[in-house]
Amino acid sequence: MKKLLLMSICVLINLQLVSRTADEDAIAHSPANSKCFNCHGRPVYSYYNENLERDVSKRMNPYFLIDSVAYYNQNHKSFECTDCHSYDYNTFPHDNDLQMEPMPVCLDCHEGDDATAAFSFEKIDQEYQQSVHSTKHSGEFTCWMCHNPHSYKINARTNENIKETIVYDNNICLSCHADVNKYQLITSKEKPNIIKKHDWLPDQIAHFAHVRCIECHTHVSNNVLVAHQVLPKEQAVKKCVECHSQNSMLMASLYKFRAKESRNRLGFVNSSILKDAYVIGANRNYYLNILSGIIAGLVVLLIIIHALLRILSK
Amino acid sequence: MKDQIYLYPLWIRIWHVVNALLFIALIFSGLSLQYSNNTFNLLPFDFAVSMHNISGITLSIAFVFFLFWNHFSGNGEHYRIKSKGYCAEVFRQFRYYAFGIFKNEKPPFPITEEQKFNPLQKFTYVMVMYVLLPLITLTGLGLFFPDILPDRMLGTTGIHFVDLIHIVTGFLLSIFMIIHIYFCTIGRTCSANFKSMITGWH
Ligand code: HEC
Ligand code: HEC
Ligand code: HEC
Ligand code: HEC
Ligand code: HEC
Ligand code: HEC
Ligand code: HEC
Ligand code: HEM
Repeated sequence: MKKLLLMSICVLINLQLVSRTADEDAIAHSPANSKCFNCHGRPVYSYYNENLERDVSKRMNPYFLIDSVAYYNQNHKSFECTDCHSYDYNTFPHDNDLQMEPMPVCLDCHEGDDATAAFSFEKIDQEYQQSVHSTKHSGEFTCWMCHNPHSYKINARTNENIKETIVYDNNICLSCHADVNKYQLITSKEKPNIIKKHDWLPDQIAHFAHVRCIECHTHVSNNVLVAHQVLPKEQAVKKCVECHSQNSMLMASLYKFRAKESRNRLGFVNSSILKDAYVIGANRNYYLNILSGIIAGLVVLLIIIHALLRILSK
Repeated sequence: MKDQIYLYPLWIRIWHVVNALLFIALIFSGLSLQYSNNTFNLLPFDFAVSMHNISGITLSIAFVFFLFWNHFSGNGEHYRIKSKGYCAEVFRQFRYYAFGIFKNEKPPFPITEEQKFNPLQKFTYVMVMYVLLPLITLTGLGLFFPDILPDRMLGTTGIHFVDLIHIVTGFLLSIFMIIHIYFCTIGRTCSANFKSMITGWH
């Protein structure tokens, strides 16, 4: 649990560092939002209470707090709050009925959208429909559960730093699987302990820092960059050699974007992994392999000759 | 037993057999890890990981034990290289193995209590025990506790760099072991040296 917490904290700090600069100019480009942020961007907000005829300060529900820095650094940063939420939120106190308003889903805007066709939303949706989350909890579970509406930013496709992507993507899963409060939004079942459930994996810290949950838990296809079909646990990857081998599956998932099935950098097999990790069995050096084979062969040959000569000269 | 000398005290023999068995286990599991594959493996991957870890740690402990005893028991004397004329002596021994041995010449440096290793042997044992084994145990330790390794070294990840040293050293030691075992058959009889490594008497 501590480990997971630490990991999450690291990410939070990271995200803030990255996004600090985006702050000022972005606020400027959506003035209507600053009204909402006046309350939803700070732990304590004030409003004019007409009954008391004075300003009153109250605490904001922490779950309704929105990080403006992250908001203006995400995919939908150009959006006004009321593009997704009802315009009636401009009044305070908000109308109670607003809580029941249906929210748009990704496909409402992205289906058949040319600008974002490269992401293959329709195929992602198909995969998602077959995932355990969707099949077991089609009512409660939506794309928003993993894609925080106020902070989701594409990583796998754009971030050069694979380690950051891994942390980012894993935190998506851990936001639930390491947080009972969010988990309970979906089900009242007991939340399995992730660390205990992966006891069989040696050096969990190293593994969770170098591979994503989805590497082992999804069906990887060629249609989309980020696989979305989360499989039942019985079908998760458990065999070490799926990754620890020359034709490592990591080349088809995590390193898909970078992968040139390769032996380029000084003869290193799967060299696109090497910048970030060293995977036993998957990274080998072609020339060293040949060289060691030759040396070992020569040594054995010399020994045989030496032994033969010794026998003959007896 | 009259012309025999007591060359290998008990602690060397125990250390040596432990060391040799562990080393063979390490070579097997190490090869299995390095060349692990989806289709065929010497050993199952997770088993090889545990086997390599456990044998490696035990071998490191045995190695520290060796360093300690070698230093305090006096056996370390045999590992001291005196500089004057040493190269020439190594060359003489080398010439003997390359030619003289086939002409049934006498070995140039017969084994005595004061000189249990010939110069070539001394050189290889010193290299192995004081250069390669420290290198492989230290890099192994680094790989076992990757947190202590620097994130990046010479343009690649610290783990990768250290692993390369580890693998190359492991390869050199494996080659040493093959040659070592072969040269142990050069004794009074083929099996004489192995017998002395068991009984201690030469
Ligand atoms: C004066 C402070 C204030 C302002 C301004 C404000 N809100 Fe709120 N908002 C709140 C408080 C307090 C709550 C929680 C209590 C409630 O539900 O009324 C809340 C709740 C919400 C909720 C959650 C409703 C639910 O229960 O699920 C949404 C969505 C929301 N606000 C959107 C907005 C948007 C969009 C704006 C800007 C157009 C905005 N708010 C402006 C104070 C404010
Ligand atoms: C791209 C669409 C979109 C935009 C833009 C957006 N929201 Fe939301 N917001 C959502 C969705 C969807 C939910 C419901 C999330 C869920 O069900 O998990 C939500 C939930 C909320 C909640 C309730 C929090 C919760 O977890 O239930 C608040 C408060 C809120 N939004 C405020 C805002 C504010 C303030 C802005 C502008 C700064 C904003 N939203 C902009 C889509 C959006
Ligand atoms: C209300 C409509 C709407 C909804 C709902 C919506 N999007 Fe978008 N999305 C857009 C628009 C418009 C853009 C283009 C934004 C821009 O260029 O500033 C966009 C852009 C994107 C991008 C591309 C960002 C980039 O930098 O190229 C991604 C990825 C994305 N959305 C994912 C999602 C996901 C995932 C969901 C659901 C969880 C979602 N969107 C829901 C309207 C929407
Ligand atoms: C179980 C969690 C989860 C759910 C549910 C989910 N996604 Fe994702 N999605 C992810 C993760 C993790 C990523 C990788 C984020 C990154 O690094 O860019 C991602 C990435 C994406 C991307 C960007 C892919 C790319 O090529 O860059 C799109 C688009 C997307 N999701 C759409 C959707 C849509 C549409 C839905 C609902 C039908 C959905 N997602 C539901 C976890 C989820
Ligand atoms: C190396 C592959 C691998 C990685 C990486 C991995 N898992 Fe798993 N996970 C498995 C396997 C295999 C199982 C099934 C274990 C079993 O059957 O005992 C499993 C089980 C689970 C379960 C089901 C637990 C239960 O018994 O109900 C959840 C939830 C889960 N993993 C979530 C995650 C999350 C979240 C991450 C990322 C932080 C992750 N996994 C990373 C392989 C992996
Ligand atoms: C919004 C919360 C939430 C998020 C985010 C989430 N999960 Fe889950 N996940 C659940 C819940 C709830 C279950 C239990 C479903 C059930 O058995 O009823 C579950 C179940 C699972 C299981 C076990 C399936 C089985 O066969 O029992 C796996 C594996 C899993 N999730 C992986 C992931 C991965 C990988 C991610 C990130 C890409 C992720 N989850 C993100 C809530 C979440
Ligand atoms: C999803 C892919 C994947 C699977 C499955 C996997 N590993 Fe790994 N493993 C990796 C990656 C990537 C690294 C590289 C970590 C690094 O660079 O530190 C790694 C590193 C390791 C290490 C070295 C850790 C260290 O301290 O640097 C060991 C040992 C290991 N794996 C053993 C196993 C065993 C045993 C299994 C099967 C039970 C297994 N792995 C399954 C991807 C995987
Ligand atoms: C890599 C593993 C090995 C190392 C590092 C190693 C090292 C050594 C060392 C340092 C000595 C001299 C001991 C002393 O101080 O007296 C020695 C002697 C000996 N070793 Fe090994 N050894 C290894 C493996 C083996 C194996 C596998 C065998 C046999 C199957 C073997 C057989 C012998 C014999 C017979 C001797 C005595 C002859 C001599 O002194 O040269 N060794 N070994």
